[in-house]
Amino acid sequence: MRPPGARVSGGIKVALLLAPAMLIIGVLFVGGLCASFVQSLGYFPAIGQTGVSLDAYREVLTGSGFLDSLFLTLYIAVASTVVSTVLAVLAALALRRSSSRLSAVVFQVPITVPHLVAAVGIALIVSQTGLGSRLAAALGLVGRPADFPALLYDRYSVGIILTYVWKETPFIALVVLAALRGVASELEDVARTLGANSLQRFRYVVFPVIAPGVVAASLVVFAFTFGSFEVPYLLGRDYPTILPVAAYNEYRSTELSDRPEAMAINVVIALVTAVIAAFYLRLGRGFGRGK
Amino acid sequence: MIKKRRHDIWLFVAAMLVALPFVPLVLWAFAGEWQFPELLPTEWTLRGWSYLGGNRFSEAFVNSLVVGVGATVASVAVGLPAGMAIGGYAFRAKGLVVFLVLLPVMVPPLASTMGIHLTFIRLGLADTLLGVFLVHLIPTVPYTAIILASVFADMTGEMEEAARTLGASPFRAFLHVTLPQAVPGVAVAALFAFLVSWSQYILTVLVGGGSVLTLPMLLFSAASGNDPVITSVLAVVFALPALAALVAALKFVRGDANLAPGRPT
Repeated sequence: MRPPGARVSGGIKVALLLAPAMLIIGVLFVGGLCASFVQSLGYFPAIGQTGVSLDAYREVLTGSGFLDSLFLTLYIAVASTVVSTVLAVLAALALRRSSSRLSAVVFQVPITVPHLVAAVGIALIVSQTGLGSRLAAALGLVGRPADFPALLYDRYSVGIILTYVWKETPFIALVVLAALRGVASELEDVARTLGANSLQRFRYVVFPVIAPGVVAASLVVFAFTFGSFEVPYLLGRDYPTILPVAAYNEYRSTELSDRPEAMAINVVIALVTAVIAAFYLRLGRGFGRGK
Repeated sequence: MIKKRRHDIWLFVAAMLVALPFVPLVLWAFAGEWQFPELLPTEWTLRGWSYLGGNRFSEAFVNSLVVGVGATVASVAVGLPAGMAIGGYAFRAKGLVVFLVLLPVMVPPLASTMGIHLTFIRLGLADTLLGVFLVHLIPTVPYTAIILASVFADMTGEMEEAARTLGASPFRAFLHVTLPQAVPGVAVAALFAFLVSWSQYILTVLVGGGSVLTLPMLLFSAASGNDPVITSVLAVVFALPALAALVAALKFVRGDANLAPGRPT
């Protein structure tokens, strides 16, 4: 079916329009992924290795460090996503009737600020000599810096999660706000007139409207935090490390024989996130025009 | 009235939370002496800012800017036609194309970049600015294509048809009617491409191998070290273009501008 406004295309024209982007994504991204996969099998003609095996996967998957890394990565990604999502929905609900332009600007600041800057700022607040600790000292809660709980390089990755929450909450909140300012407010007024209480209005009116956006945005956040490198590298402990850092460490190892293991970890990361991407696409149907 | 004020309070709370991480950064950037448990620096200096006059900073700044602008121009150049095709046309392989464009947004570019590194070494692209520019395209091109696809999807094409009816050639109709309509979207896409490239650390390190120095690398090594003054100055300088670009974009994109695209930068 041809949707209104979609121009009927000669296939050649569309192909020409798509060609440059497809070339870049195909060569650099898909090609790179394929190279990662081939190298994970131990195939490195450049250094004289042409045998193909699953040794790297056996090494990686049976190593004790892998499971610790996988769990840590999942824990950070899930915790950051859940906290950001809940905060974002609450923030959007609280702010939906305030000046739309102003709240949009407030939320856009963290989206544009690099993760590294956020990580440094959060670290200077939650470290044991940071602003938080100084404030606690002023209130007489801690005497020495060591009395303040360790929130950096800590077991629970608090600093990492806080950084992600600061960065990603506004992103989800903007998506929710956009949904709320559409249909939801009118429908809610109707529901209120019909006698629905606030809980009922949220459950039956607001929630269904914002749900698709919330799911899509939080999945993007999950995939991003699952594969992201910078923040955990800077604020995390040396062991266990998240999977991307584990891959990087193997890759930078002076032993060339560690490279297939780095690539195997990459393939695992790619597989996990590709599954999430497929899920995301199913939920995000209707993207673009003329499906 | 009371209701309105309550919403303003929440907006104020949100603004405070957003501003919070900048507080220690700005304080430290001008701090001379700031021992625990003082709440504010007891002495102020501009020591950190003199670091910006150094060669390493200039080199990193120029490299970041060159790669960022290059990646922006290139990804808009290829993302614009791709966005037009995806957003404006119906075609058979569309599902596959959308999947391919979204894949790099979901699958971390780190995984593919380690894979192509070997090829880059063989081609002489490793440790060069050109190589770094090329890998920055992995996250920026999908970004611009997605943003521009939604821009073109929102256009009805009626104006262009009207222009064609009035006798404009396809090229003229595109140049004078469709393109100006897309300008705000192009600006947002360009802004995000720049920010993604500007913030990029790991891809630069992998392919640049330490020879291509950029701002995130300076900030990273400062943050791993022990001088919060230098770290904070670098962080503030590193965040400034992002905020400036946001202000510019907000001026440019009127109304309820929503700059949130498919993925957090």
